[in-house]
Amino acid sequence: MKNKKFNFTKLILLSVAISTAVVSCERDLSEDAVFATNSNTGEIFTDAPVELGSDFYFPFLGSKPTAWSIDNNEGYESSASMRIDVPNANDPEGNYAGAIFRVEGQGRDLSGYNALTFWGKASQGVNIGELGFGLDFIEDKYQTTISNTSFGTSWTKYIIPIPDASKLFDERGLFWYSAGTQETGGFGYTFWIDDLKFENLGTLGNPRPEIYNGEDPISQAFLGNSGVLDTPRVVFNLPSGMNQTVSASPSYFDWSSSEPTIVEIRDSGTIQMLSSGTSVITATMAGVQATGSVTIEVVGEFVFAPTPTRDPADVISIFSDVYDDVPVEFYNGYWQPFQTTLSDDFAINGDNILNYTNFNFVGNQFREPTIDITENSNLHINMLIPGEIPPNLDFLISIINFDGDGVENGRQQVFFNSSDFEADTWSTLEIPITLSNKDGLGLLIYENVNGSTLSNFYLDNIYFY
Amino acid sequence: MKNNNIRIKDFKAIIIFVHVLLMSSCNTDETQTVATFDNLVINEEFSTDGNLDSSLWNIETGDGTAQGIPGWGNNELEYYTDRTENLSVENGYLLITARQESFNGSSYTSARIQTKNKFQTQFGRFEARMRLPNGQGMWPAFWLLGDDNNGTEIWPNIGEIDIMENRGQQPTTISGAVHGPGYSGGNSINKEFNFSDSRVDTDFHVYGVEWGENYINYYVDDVLYNQITPEDVTGEWVFNDRSFYIIINLAVGGDFVGNPNSETLFPQTMLIDYVKVYQQ
Repeated sequence: MKNKKFNFTKLILLSVAISTAVVSCERDLSEDAVFATNSNTGEIFTDAPVELGSDFYFPFLGSKPTAWSIDNNEGYESSASMRIDVPNANDPEGNYAGAIFRVEGQGRDLSGYNALTFWGKASQGVNIGELGFGLDFIEDKYQTTISNTSFGTSWTKYIIPIPDASKLFDERGLFWYSAGTQETGGFGYTFWIDDLKFENLGTLGNPRPEIYNGEDPISQAFLGNSGVLDTPRVVFNLPSGMNQTVSASPSYFDWSSSEPTIVEIRDSGTIQMLSSGTSVITATMAGVQATGSVTIEVVGEFVFAPTPTRDPADVISIFSDVYDDVPVEFYNGYWQPFQTTLSDDFAINGDNILNYTNFNFVGNQFREPTIDITENSNLHINMLIPGEIPPNLDFLISIINFDGDGVENGRQQVFFNSSDFEADTWSTLEIPITLSNKDGLGLLIYENVNGSTLSNFYLDNIYFY
Repeated sequence: MKNNNIRIKDFKAIIIFVHVLLMSSCNTDETQTVATFDNLVINEEFSTDGNLDSSLWNIETGDGTAQGIPGWGNNELEYYTDRTENLSVENGYLLITARQESFNGSSYTSARIQTKNKFQTQFGRFEARMRLPNGQGMWPAFWLLGDDNNGTEIWPNIGEIDIMENRGQQPTTISGAVHGPGYSGGNSINKEFNFSDSRVDTDFHVYGVEWGENYINYYVDDVLYNQITPEDVTGEWVFNDRSFYIIINLAVGGDFVGNPNSETLFPQTMLIDYVKVYQQ
């Protein structure tokens, strides 16, 4: 079981965008005139752009705007193709290539097709980061993406299946790509695309929609908050027999909540926690039940940790929204191979909370530079354990000091047990510092010891004073 | 591939042409005739829900051990059962379902039916309309096996006519084959048929043979894609002297197809709409 918090920060933007979309789109749907007027041309680029208008290429922010061109010396069974020159990572004009192809004017009716296909090759074997359609920089409602597509040096046909073409009766975002140099050591390369078009392939397998990776995670959410569900995906069996996973916008799916009075689906993939209780979210796509679900436990209003009131001048903060934090390398080092602890940090109303899940041990590291707490006497930590407090709780905090050569020269260990905590309530852990060397503090380690069954907890307001 | 296919309706003319050529050139068989199989003798449409017609079909169970060929001679992984989980008739279709489950020492279950001693015949047109499963390791087959004279003769001497076999990882390709003495197993005489704009797992197709004296014609839907005659086989032609019976099964894994992998989804179902046999 994987616990998942909702990303609250992105939500507001998204929900505004989506609600605008609904108003305009649903009206269009009821007037059938739209269907008749949209072009159903499938071709996008066959040796030259096809019916895209004059202003159709929109690079992503930070990408090299001149990466795309028409190559009149290369083509699939022809002499012309689209050429994308992925820049070196240190190119001052942009360190990657990426853009959308948006048809000018009215969208196209793609409902008669089931795939976007093209022929492609590259100057060297490389995985192209992302390719797809459905991005128009307006609603991006039907974003569809395939990732890490392997390009060789000879022309090969590629297929991006459409999750549910019946939604695409008015689509302007016909193609998009994003390619960088992460796996080529920062050095650029070229790839070519030709015969880019929507097709109706009889050789494409049936869609297999999945939400939450086909798993059934349990998630906790707080009353009154809203959230965004995971990006679903659809697996298609290609004519070759290989499976192609397509990442699809939630808008392709019809979502449902088993208890709409507890969790309401506000729009495709956007949910609102209305009352305490548990609801199971499932979805269908094009009438096919998606595998996977998410069970949301609405656990009442979120209680914030007590707001610190100490004078900032007396505080060296590691993690807090009240004080300025010192430079911290990480709040979770994902230490391999033995650490199981994952991070599911979240923020509510601007208050950031560290949330550790699947806990065995985890560390906060701040060694660049280390901190000198010679003038400070205590470590302060707020901690909350959601749900039941494990009776065998044995929670170890280690405070570690380093000498000028980076060698550990002091470690203080403090244990806490179940009597230090109350369910769903913030505890304040006050730790008097007993270290003799405390001018080079760089690491806090939290550990589950002696078989404690603690799995999930929140931290806030980690500071020395 | 596609250019090699001949439409069934054009086929008679071509056979006659070939025949004339044969007669005049090498004089192999002056009595050869091409039969028109238009007398429907078996019309199994699976129209009764729940029950397989036991007057026509035997349900073969096990992993081949009882037959002396564990893994059915091909290192297959399935255990065939007669349970409705693996074999059922619903809404006019026969459903053969392969499942991933521990069962009598095997990791998969499936089903296999045949007509031995219930319907055996020599020559005719055999066809079935089917939709096949998908995924690495799925091996659906529609085939004919020669009578073994109460166990006194053995494969491959008894002959085998594979009307349709498919590898689940190749959703646009099927093959048809014959096995006999000197041309069996990996040395069978066979040919593939490729769909250019369709698939075996999303669409129903008719898979069939026309089997007469000294020839077996293979077709998919209305496309004839191969003919096998005594001249094509690298051993004795064993298809003129005995009766054959029908087998339909869904194997899992084995030498022909390879074993399922992590991407193979279970359960997988093979749907058979009908099985028809026409004779003269």
